[in-house]
Amino acid sequence: MKRIITLTVLNRPGVLNRITNLFSKRNYNIESISVGETEQEGISRITCVVNVDNDRVIEQITKQVNKQIDVLKVADISDQAVVARELALIKVQSTPQNRNEIYSLIEPFRASVIDVGKDSLIIQITGESEKIEAFIELIKPYGIKELARTGTTAFPRSSQRSNHKTNYSIV
Amino acid sequence: MLQQAAFTKVEAEKKTVTGADLLLEALKKEEVEVIFGYPGGAVLPIYDKIYDCDIMHVLPRHEQGGIHAAEGYARVSGKAGVVIATSGPGATNVVTGLADAMMDSLPLVVFTGQVATGVIGTDAFQEADILGITTPITKYNCQIRNIEEIPRIIKEAFHIATTGRPGPVLIDFPKDIAAGLVERPAEPEISLPGYQPTIEPNYLQIRKLTEAVSSAKRPVILAGAGILFSKASDLLLEYVEQQKVPVVHTLLGLGGFPADHPLFLGLAGMHGCYTANMALYECDLLVNIGARFDDRLTGNLAHFAPNATVAHIDIDPAEIGKNVPTAIPVVGDAKEALTMLVKQEGKPPEHSEWMQTLEGYKKENPYWYENSDSPLKPQRVTEMLYEKTNGEGIVVTDVGQHQMWAAQYYPLKNPDRWVTSGGLGTMGFGLPAAIGAQIADPSATVIAILGDAGFQMSTQELAVIREMNLPIKIAIFNNRSLGMVRQWQQIFYQERYSHSKIPSQPSFVKLADAYDIKAYEINSEQEAEKILAEVMKDKEPVLLDFRVAENENVYPMIAPGKGLHEMVGVKK
Ligand SMILES: Cc1ncc(C[n+]2csc(CCOP(=O)(O)OP(=O)(O)O)c2C)c(N)n1
Repeated sequence: MKRIITLTVLNRPGVLNRITNLFSKRNYNIESISVGETEQEGISRITCVVNVDNDRVIEQITKQVNKQIDVLKVADISDQAVVARELALIKVQSTPQNRNEIYSLIEPFRASVIDVGKDSLIIQITGESEKIEAFIELIKPYGIKELARTGTTAFPRSSQRSNHKTNYSIV
Repeated sequence: MLQQAAFTKVEAEKKTVTGADLLLEALKKEEVEVIFGYPGGAVLPIYDKIYDCDIMHVLPRHEQGGIHAAEGYARVSGKAGVVIATSGPGATNVVTGLADAMMDSLPLVVFTGQVATGVIGTDAFQEADILGITTPITKYNCQIRNIEEIPRIIKEAFHIATTGRPGPVLIDFPKDIAAGLVERPAEPEISLPGYQPTIEPNYLQIRKLTEAVSSAKRPVILAGAGILFSKASDLLLEYVEQQKVPVVHTLLGLGGFPADHPLFLGLAGMHGCYTANMALYECDLLVNIGARFDDRLTGNLAHFAPNATVAHIDIDPAEIGKNVPTAIPVVGDAKEALTMLVKQEGKPPEHSEWMQTLEGYKKENPYWYENSDSPLKPQRVTEMLYEKTNGEGIVVTDVGQHQMWAAQYYPLKNPDRWVTSGGLGTMGFGLPAAIGAQIADPSATVIAILGDAGFQMSTQELAVIREMNLPIKIAIFNNRSLGMVRQWQQIFYQERYSHSKIPSQPSFVKLADAYDIKAYEINSEQEAEKILAEVMKDKEPVLLDFRVAENENVYPMIAPGKGLHEMVGVKK
């Protein structure tokens, strides 16, 4: 199962290396990892999406990560209502003839075209991984030349529903 | 006028501190009494300052020897072992020791030289990415980038290494940082917001544990090295006497509880004794204090303590539930936890039947071997070493059969008298670790029990022993084989002895002679008696080449994949 873990870390050299090293040392499977600064100077936030077999593994992961000296906080937010977002850039083949067709796919996904070339477009899309995957599937037949994804970054929502079945936002 | 002169002098002094000065000053503040170090290009600025420094410096003959010596020192003294190595090969030579210390939770602060900051990343002469290499095998590591940070980083390093679950910390020291001048920085303050080990356990968990002990029918305590690190031996004894719960030890915990105590059941694990292993197998309550349920202790997890409620006291929360599902987790320092437990004055369990069963096991299944005057038996040699030291020596071992015999036949009565490489099982550990142990406790009788093969992985350290005239008793159990490997090949690989027999060992007596160390070859029990009587009290090093039986096996034994109840070789 997929779990989202967020870490708040001191932004010291080597901290990311220590985290990723720990994942490989303990044989944990990272699906994606994204890092960036936070509102506080010197403090970064890392969001990891990991694939685990059972709860014991995720408990171990959070404990092991928490043990790292430069890690301030670890949270497994998978069971909370979260806002999870990822960004993808997709360079897709496109001729003047099928351009409109592609535009019509882009719209419902609230993606945008950020560069137009002679025979290709660059599309930017943000959203949950599932949404991005669905979009990629749709666009694939046109010929994807290049694809870059950032990995998920996530927050718990400000108001947590007491009994939620879907943990993910819909948009 | 005068005032102004004084002022300029102070100003000048302020300016004249180098990075290396700050390093040594920080070590003094930490009350470091010994550095195990080896010079080289990148640490020359540091060595130039060491030249005038009054902290004892020991020059091992290989950096690996240096770090193992620091480990031995740390284990016996309870303080951090300090190591300095140069960049590149010096740094990579300490890698095994770091991994060893990480596994066995030994506090070390290791300084490695690094090429100057301007050339880092250019594959400069003797550059190695030691931070990258050692990240998974250090509790923490970092590189010094600003001279001003030196005092703070070193203070933090000692704090991290020695508190919580101890472990090795590595500080990478670029050459220009060591040589650079700076105004003396202000007194450092530790700033580690992400590092706050839980010391005091949760009271409710202690209550829960107390009740579990009171209502248990077949309780047992598994005492690990956590007892030693937190200096909780006395409290463990007090608690055990209050509750009358029997105790088994892990390999690394030996000495934490007196082996001659009636409630001590012995060593548990792969080569542990029958009673201890059966106690773990049959108990209904297992209280683990400061052990990490290593696979050499548990055997096949599917058969481990199958009917037990497991309680686990550990300062490292990540150890709790890692291998064995735990019903009563207690995060905290062993000493604090035991203090609280003793105060509870819980009702002792009603377990007379259990105690009788265990007494029966003890009587019927002691360790056994068949003695002979010649060939000399390693088990007998260990017993003789025990007798000659009243069981009060510091026993340092290497890795292999002799290590297990030492654990079995030298039943330790006191804490911090046992130095062995448990988690990593590092051959070559024993001889240098004995050096560190002797430095930590100069008046102790240190016995280094080594295999003939492991001894040759760090023979060069004999030079240090001679140079410092450390009165270490080096007991080589010379079976002309890689004994433990030979045993496994005999049992699991149809006696196909692939590269485990070495009939042509060098003469260890002549070798010792080259180092000007007194040495004896000993072939029989009689000879052993005579020579031990002569040399054990000497204030000088001695090397004893015990020519022991070649094909002796360590028993009992639990084969890989088997449970603790499936020991073989329990009886003759
Ligand atoms: C550095 C290292 N290499 C290999 C091993 C594997 N190993 C474990 S015990 C052993 C044999 C040790 O032989 P010896 O030192 O003579 O001790 P004995 O078992 O005979 O007492 C070996 C090779 C190890 N533990 N460490």
